[in-house]
Amino acid sequence: MKQIRFSGSGGQGVITVAIILAEAAVNEGKEATQSQSYGPEARGGASKAEVIISDEFIYHPKVQRPDIVLAMTQKAADKYYSDLQEDGLLVIDQDLVPNPPPFKKVVSIPITKLAVEKLGRALFANIVALGAIVHLTGIVPLKTVEQCVADRVPPHTIEKNLQALHYGWEAAEQAKK
Amino acid sequence: MRSYEKYFRQNRLPHMWCPGCGNGIAMKSIVQAIEKEGLTQDNTVIVSGIGCSSRASGYMDFDTLHTAHGRAIPFATGIKLARPELNVIVITGDGDCTAIGGNHFIHGARRNVDLTVVLFNNNIYGMTGGQASPMTPMHKRATTAPYGTVDRPFDACKLAEAAGATYVARSTAFHVQHLTDMIARGIQNKGFSLIEAMVQCPTAYGRKNKQGQPSVAMKWMRDSAVMKVAWDKLPAEKKVDKFPIGILYENKYEDYGTAYSEVIEAAQK
Amino acid sequence: MQKARLMQGNEACAEGAIAAGVRFFGGYPITPSTEIMETMAKLLPQVGGKFVQMEDEIAGMGIVLGASLAGVKALTASSGPGISLKQELIGYAAAAEIPVVVVNVQRVGPSTGQPTSPSHGDIMQARWGTHGDHPMIALAPWTVRECYDAAIQAVNFSERFRTPVILLMDEIVGHLRERVVLPEADEIKIYPRRKPKMSREEGYQPYRSDDDLVPNVANFGEGYHIHVTGLVHDETGFPSGSAKITEEVINRLHEKINRAQEEVILYDEFWLEDAEYAVVAFGGTARTAYEAVRNARARGLKVGMVRLFTIWPFADAEIAKLSKQVKGILVPELNYGQLVHEIERAVAGRCPVKLLAKYNTEIFTPQEIETAITEFCK
Repeated sequence: MKQIRFSGSGGQGVITVAIILAEAAVNEGKEATQSQSYGPEARGGASKAEVIISDEFIYHPKVQRPDIVLAMTQKAADKYYSDLQEDGLLVIDQDLVPNPPPFKKVVSIPITKLAVEKLGRALFANIVALGAIVHLTGIVPLKTVEQCVADRVPPHTIEKNLQALHYGWEAAEQAKK
Repeated sequence: MRSYEKYFRQNRLPHMWCPGCGNGIAMKSIVQAIEKEGLTQDNTVIVSGIGCSSRASGYMDFDTLHTAHGRAIPFATGIKLARPELNVIVITGDGDCTAIGGNHFIHGARRNVDLTVVLFNNNIYGMTGGQASPMTPMHKRATTAPYGTVDRPFDACKLAEAAGATYVARSTAFHVQHLTDMIARGIQNKGFSLIEAMVQCPTAYGRKNKQGQPSVAMKWMRDSAVMKVAWDKLPAEKKVDKFPIGILYENKYEDYGTAYSEVIEAAQK
Repeated sequence: MQKARLMQGNEACAEGAIAAGVRFFGGYPITPSTEIMETMAKLLPQVGGKFVQMEDEIAGMGIVLGASLAGVKALTASSGPGISLKQELIGYAAAAEIPVVVVNVQRVGPSTGQPTSPSHGDIMQARWGTHGDHPMIALAPWTVRECYDAAIQAVNFSERFRTPVILLMDEIVGHLRERVVLPEADEIKIYPRRKPKMSREEGYQPYRSDDDLVPNVANFGEGYHIHVTGLVHDETGFPSGSAKITEEVINRLHEKINRAQEEVILYDEFWLEDAEYAVVAFGGTARTAYEAVRNARARGLKVGMVRLFTIWPFADAEIAKLSKQVKGILVPELNYGQLVHEIERAVAGRCPVKLLAKYNTEIFTPQEIETAITEFCK
């Protein structure tokens, strides 16, 4: 079982990528649940979406000890890293999380920077992040995720989103080295 | 067969309205309008709310629905949209339609649902013994306005027009043929039609307001109602204490059911 | 079997309703039920059905009752304050015996409460929310797939008994997305609208009950000229002031469901064979309870679980039976204590009943329930 938490601020698209990852897992024949926190917390403040992927039916539907936490803002990083598994992984946006929380394994990726510099718009940052998470978890093949991205995003943005996914994937590979 | 025998449930009569009440006249006008327009008893549904007016549905030999207080229009909308081939006529009162059901009234008009709404306006809550309604005229007395009401009344016709109704008319229990004609024209309109039928209530309204004799109220209707054509030419000072009757507003606009069929078409593309 | 999909509970509810033959939705948007409405807005016209966003919650209830009377299966959905507003017309549906399904995706209350947070605060409202005496059927799904099945079941029960049915969801399953495999159309059983068995000339009375105490009320527009009212009415459908008829009608409304309890009261049992203690749970909380019980058993505790699908009518007989087997029953609820009172009533002192209440917007963790089980088993 893998427990993944996506966090950031409202509008960064963390819920969308959580749904895409869960969908990819389902398409791979796995069980998956996806849930999120709503409300004022999701607007401007820290927002989170969670995915559990397993080979068996998932009863308790919320993440208890995440294996991996993605934090797209400093606020989200501070708020959501503390219950990570001891051997878990904290993935942060290099520029938006200037002060990484004191955690053993932190992977810093220029997520938003890549979106802006390579694709011209910060709104692709969530898909860049997804590419990185897919690489770091290794739980679903990139090909399956590509298909799910194509299914979920507006048709005229498919190409750029797929590029974003790959930039994220490659950045994770770099970061791991 | 007389229309009275054909369209009323003989075993439900006599009705429960007080002697001299105008509701029976308005109910009969509806039936005559139905007959005139060639609607059948099998393809017409009568929907009413709660109150004296709304007891009419029980006497009429159609599929009839006596809903909850104020809710006749939402129920009627459901029937009309579910079975567009049915003619749906709503019978409501001034309290039912413009107080507790006021929101449904304006939104029914806004959507232009193909309903014919006949509002029996007796200016009072009759069934419960004479409480003020939103259509009780200024300074008239009611059990809840013992010193005369200071709540400004609604003009239901203006309200319907402003909210989007495509046919708005008014008549009275005195002008029986005219009332029937106004309802018939409302049935013809494919859209939201409001016909305000002014009816006398000698018991709950009249006794407190010098109209305890039904004939006094009828004479008041005769003398105060002015046909729309004449009303429009009347100088302002002569309109005081009078009111217009006739077709007050008409417009052509796509009814909700037709509009929704375009949604279905778009969804099925 | 269809292809597996990632699906949200609210979406599954809407799709289940359509599979059950619902072709009409009227309602008012309110968190956390809105996705049901949005899904209906999209899907209903695709199958020739109709969707209307009404001016308020009451209108949303009225319009579906009108559609149902005209012979089209109809459903509305709401939450919290919206369900409170709908109560009068839910009672109307019970009295006038109009099939309809009202979905309540429960959120924290009272009043505006915590609109986006889960709760089981409406358990008693589902049963007793309207004025007057009438029975109620309420179903509480625990998985996304079961949201789909429960919508079908609710529609079927509403038609079978000609009664309003409350689909008592919660925000946990309503907003949860998970893997589901939906059944094929031919695997779905649909209870058709009941029809008159004779003509007007043969003496048809719309509210004369059939052998199962349920009347075969004609749809509008079929030539029967029926009268429907919320006043107490006799079998003709017309109001009656009679004391005798009033009593008979209220008896029949209750009895038509009482005598079908075996058909209506549905639940799951887990690990009861050797259980010395039991957890009784429902809705989204049952998922957490299941995990807690499984973990407790792995540590050697003899604990089992009953998962109630039907909340109302209450599973009196099953809980009474359970109370004769176990030494104690633990009831986790996301409220200040509601269903626990029914369980205590059914248990009637035969074993201790312990409430584990939580009402701070968060759901239980498996550890919380497991700890309570461990304490209870000592």
